[in-house]
Amino acid sequence: MSFLAGHSAEPSSPLSSRPEHRPGSPLAVHGLTVAYNKKPVLWDVEWDAPEGRLIAIVGPNGAGKSTLVKACLGLVPVVSGQVAFFGSSLRRSRRLVGYVPQRGSVDWDFPVSALEVVTMGRYGMLGWCRPVTRRHREAALACLDQVGMADYAGRQISQLSGGQQQRVFLARALAQEAQLYFMDEPFAGVDAATERAIVDVLKRLKENGRTVIVVHHDLQTVRDYFDEVLLLNMRVVAAGPVDEVFTIENLRKTYGARLALLEQASSALADLARVS
Amino acid sequence: MSIGHESGVWPSLGETLHVLTFQGGFNTSVVLVGVTLLGVAAGLVGTFAVLRRRALMSDTLSHATLPGITLAFIVAVMLGASGRSLPVLLAGAALSGILGVLTVQFISRHTRLPEDAAMGAVLSVFFGLGFVMLSYIQTMATGEQGGIGKFIYGQTATMGVTDATVIGIVALGTTLASLLLFKEFRLVCFDPDYATVLGWRISLIDLAMMALVVAVTVVGLRAVGLILVIALVVIPPAAARFWTERLWVMAVVAALLGGLSGYLGAAASALFPRFPAGGIIVLVAGFFFLLSLLFAPARGVLAAGFRQLRLRRDIASQHLLRGLFEAGEAGGGEVVPAAALRSRVHGPAARLALARLTWQGLIARRPDGLRLTPKGREEALRITRNHRLWEQFLMAYADLAPSHVDHSADLVEHVLSSDMVEELERQLKARGRLPRHAGPPPSPHPLASGA
Repeated sequence: MSFLAGHSAEPSSPLSSRPEHRPGSPLAVHGLTVAYNKKPVLWDVEWDAPEGRLIAIVGPNGAGKSTLVKACLGLVPVVSGQVAFFGSSLRRSRRLVGYVPQRGSVDWDFPVSALEVVTMGRYGMLGWCRPVTRRHREAALACLDQVGMADYAGRQISQLSGGQQQRVFLARALAQEAQLYFMDEPFAGVDAATERAIVDVLKRLKENGRTVIVVHHDLQTVRDYFDEVLLLNMRVVAAGPVDEVFTIENLRKTYGARLALLEQASSALADLARVS
Repeated sequence: MSIGHESGVWPSLGETLHVLTFQGGFNTSVVLVGVTLLGVAAGLVGTFAVLRRRALMSDTLSHATLPGITLAFIVAVMLGASGRSLPVLLAGAALSGILGVLTVQFISRHTRLPEDAAMGAVLSVFFGLGFVMLSYIQTMATGEQGGIGKFIYGQTATMGVTDATVIGIVALGTTLASLLLFKEFRLVCFDPDYATVLGWRISLIDLAMMALVVAVTVVGLRAVGLILVIALVVIPPAAARFWTERLWVMAVVAALLGGLSGYLGAAASALFPRFPAGGIIVLVAGFFFLLSLLFAPARGVLAAGFRQLRLRRDIASQHLLRGLFEAGEAGGGEVVPAAALRSRVHGPAARLALARLTWQGLIARRPDGLRLTPKGREEALRITRNHRLWEQFLMAYADLAPSHVDHSADLVEHVLSSDMVEELERQLKARGRLPRHAGPPPSPHPLASGA
């Protein structure tokens, strides 16, 4: 817990609201800075994810939402800062962390079936060179069923629609049986049936006490789907329960002048104005 | 083991069969087995290398072996040892091949040069260095220079039992290792980031894959030659991909094609010792590739063309049936003159469709035109209903003008599955646009047919 001691000595940014780090929190991000080609993408991010909640990461394009997720998971190099999972290092917590990458991150023409992709979620439980057993295949099939895709188990993945592919990725993460889930834009470009399936899964995960962190782009559904929100634009603008943090004021700070250009965002603001 | 004819005359059928059935002498048989195993291993390892997009890396690797081979030869001769020792030459080959790969990785990690440019540079510089050293070897006072050429073009006919055994054992080991690491390779090829999240060290798995490629490439040098050994790693998996959508089937087919190429190539090389074995092996593999590209039912060119034609035929069938139905609806008679349908139905796919519908008994040909049979009417009713439902949906949800929906609906109606139709009905019902009767809703735009 050495970073906790160092924390108080740091000058606090006027924009970030800095909650106290709680030991054992599913995700504690401290002073995280990430740069691509010397251009900073995330700057001194300070955030604690509360346990057992559905959390949206919201911010404009290029705000570093996906980068934050990838940096936490060790997929992009970090300039400085620490990330702790359940009060421990990432290496020791791998089994507790599930991941749904962006759909565009893989080649869907790859020669595997939907079930084989979902079974990959079990690979972390298998040692090197150990074959996949029937028990794991059955668990994977159950996960496919949870997202309404059991009938497509044998389909080659390129023969699935975009929404179905997204559900396969979701089922693969479920197969990990993790405590904390990261989902990178799962709602992007999916059909209504898939959106319903994802929302169902989110609810069920919450009922089981899991924490889910979702990179989300649709401001209108934030209130309906999530308990907590992290407003991000290179640094943390605000974080906390949706009711307290998802305000016009904070959205203005996050989106700046661009907010006025986004029709979607402005109608969300209108909704907010009506509520408040 | 030279049972072939130095003069290049065709061997008799008996000789050919002898070689192919492992009766061409002990030596020939061992070489045949060794090279076959090499093909199996190369096909299997190549499957993963191709899917991980490392195919060109193995080409860099094989070309970068030349300075190692020549240096090993020079050192061996200077130390008074034999320049023909396969293990010594292969060790040199492996070392300089790996050095070449590491150089590429260093360049692409520390500069912004694209990897293919780095590979091109490294490949040619290493190969050039090897060539210069080769001409130095020609001036050396030893009678063993002739052996080096075999590593460039490949030679199986003069291979000894020991060499063939070394190749066979390494190939067998490589095969086993890639089967053991099947699960690891599958995930790293498909989604390396996810493998990282699961806690796997990608660099370690990639290293294992590269080591297997090195093993296959280096032992393949003697049989196939360093210019062409890449072909044995790349062509069988590429051919196998046309046959299947399953990774393990692809791996098995690639191993089979690789093994068959090695077997036939080595046999041909035994019968025609003057031909370069590498060239023959690669030609055999290339022949399998061509066959797969054209005729494989899963992803082959002909199968794709056939599916395309069938889709066009089905679309033409639906147009024809709906055209006949709407002509009747618009007040025309039962029999529609063929000329009236021409705007909708023309081209070879349409003629195919008409022939098929007639054969199936959905359309009856009359001297004065075409007529729907009762069975055809039923089918036409269903198709027209789907089309109009889709039109209604487009007007309700996409705000299309009635005069424009016909064309838009045309594009999609042919791919409507039955559950999509149900969903359509459900949504239209919610909007009160679904007709109560089971027939099609009236057309939102004037019908052109019958005119």
